[in-house]
Amino acid sequence: MQPQVTEKKPLLNVKGLKKYFPVKTPLGRTVEHVKAVNDVSFKLFEGETYGLVGESGCGKSTTGRTILGLDNPTEGELLYKDQNILDDPKKSFVKLKKDFQMVFQDPFSSLNPRQRIGSILEEPLIIHNIASKQKRMDMVMEILHKVGLSSDNYYHYPHEFSGGQRQRIGIARALIINPKIIICDEPVSALDVSTQSQIINLMQELQKEYKLTYLFIAHDISVVRHISDRIGVMYLGKIVEEAETEDLISNPSHPYSQALLSAVPLPEPSIKKERIILKGDIPSPLNPPSGCFFHTRCPIAEDICSEKVPVRKEIRPNHFVSCHLVD
Amino acid sequence: MDTVRQNVNLTETKNNLKKQQRRLLMRKFLSNKPAVTGLSIMLFLIILSTVGAWLVQYSPLEMDPTSRLEGPSAEHVLGTDNFGRDLLSRVIYGSQVSLIVGFSVALITSVCGMIIGLYASYYKRLDNILMRICDGLMSFPAILLAIAIMAALGPSINNVILALSIVYTPHIARVVRSSGIVVRKQTYIEAIESQGASSTRVIWKRMAPNTLSPLIVQSTFIFANAIIIEAALSFLGAGVPAPQPSWGNILYDGKLVIFNAWWMTVFPGICIILSTLGLNLAGDGLRDIIDPNS
Repeated sequence: MQPQVTEKKPLLNVKGLKKYFPVKTPLGRTVEHVKAVNDVSFKLFEGETYGLVGESGCGKSTTGRTILGLDNPTEGELLYKDQNILDDPKKSFVKLKKDFQMVFQDPFSSLNPRQRIGSILEEPLIIHNIASKQKRMDMVMEILHKVGLSSDNYYHYPHEFSGGQRQRIGIARALIINPKIIICDEPVSALDVSTQSQIINLMQELQKEYKLTYLFIAHDISVVRHISDRIGVMYLGKIVEEAETEDLISNPSHPYSQALLSAVPLPEPSIKKERIILKGDIPSPLNPPSGCFFHTRCPIAEDICSEKVPVRKEIRPNHFVSCHLVD
Repeated sequence: MDTVRQNVNLTETKNNLKKQQRRLLMRKFLSNKPAVTGLSIMLFLIILSTVGAWLVQYSPLEMDPTSRLEGPSAEHVLGTDNFGRDLLSRVIYGSQVSLIVGFSVALITSVCGMIIGLYASYYKRLDNILMRICDGLMSFPAILLAIAIMAALGPSINNVILALSIVYTPHIARVVRSSGIVVRKQTYIEAIESQGASSTRVIWKRMAPNTLSPLIVQSTFIFANAIIIEAALSFLGAGVPAPQPSWGNILYDGKLVIFNAWWMTVFPGICIILSTLGLNLAGDGLRDIIDPNS
């Protein structure tokens, strides 16, 4: 789609991001680490949508939260506007919180039940000291219209809304201070299918209007496929394959991506698909397997896979895979 | 022109919406029977304790040995006590002491307990320190601790309030902390934190309102308990000094003669029940009014 994409300067460059959660004994001694995010690197370009997929527990959400500063990363670099945020995380995050926003998964627990919609949407403006009181109310009303709600909703409480409407409010809250990057942590997985498409369409419209960059985290490939320009497939805290959406969907190269894609149901029941069923469970991130993390479940694994960690290589333009057996 | 008209319309709708909200809140309060009843009872007791003192004909300290332990009559509406003092005026003057002690203790413990509880639930390190101190204070029986503090400070109303506040603050802090921890983990707190909200904002504007309901229940309980314990302290000579009446020490005096003079226990008892009930209803009602789901 965009062949010149590599020449463009990335808006956000994530380099070797790691997040280990310490496991402590009751006395406070650290015995081991849960390696939730293990050396993740990717680039976000302005105006694009980067989809991050993978099964539960593979570290997608933690990646998003770490970028936002909700979790402190163990290691790595976050280059935003040529500056490493993590050099001085406390100072930079305060400044950058205006540019980075998040849309949460659960539209029910992400809105304070005691706050009216108006006050929820006004809060980011107050925090960042934007506009006067009168002006803020106007801005809130405007954003309510933008996400498809009306000004009457200003005084309503969250419990008066349906899941889809609540997610619209969640999007409005993220949008109101004009962010550059929105991290969407499974924003539609809690909604029913008809509402999902409405929310996705809304997000696409807003992206065009405000030139937003999305990091779209999801486990549902059909949703990610619809909205993303590029997709990264995550397994056990690592990105195993990364490519432009169409390229990845039609030619998945990593055996894990192949298995993941084969699980997506097709709208045509007469076509019999070859389903790759992985054996076993996802290994514990407490002590991941040696070599390639995927070799314990890989259908084509060879000896080298358990011995050496695969290097990320570009097999086609903009198509990266970490696997020994793919050329 | 069009935009001007639009703006006018917008301000109009905004003002209408604001008015509508105010009216709704008023209606919500008036239709809440517990709140109205509870507040009326409290108001009645407060008026009784202030205005009532001007109206009674006997001094609460004036003894009359010839008319000891007389039942309710036209002369002494609620009867007399074991020293021949008029019970009505003692109950009314006593309400001043009891209400002040009850309210002050409930208020001070609520404020202190809320500060301690909220910060403990927000900062994990602080939690360990603060809660161990609270555990230590709570491991003494309430009365024993109060007596110990009173013994150190000497008997006076202010010291009673101080002692009871120290005794009961850990109770509130515990309750607030436990619901604070639940709120702390909610996504909406995370959401505003990710937007850069300060800890003060998160704690006081977003966590505090969500811990109010258990706090209200606990503090009405403490209000009643403070009145009773103040009485126990007076009885032991560590509370409000002797001739000065309070509901609690009238009750204690009456305990000795309960079979000869029921009125000495019944009337102050009714007052304590009434004030506790009033505060409880008011608190419950208040909680419903601020709860958006009702």
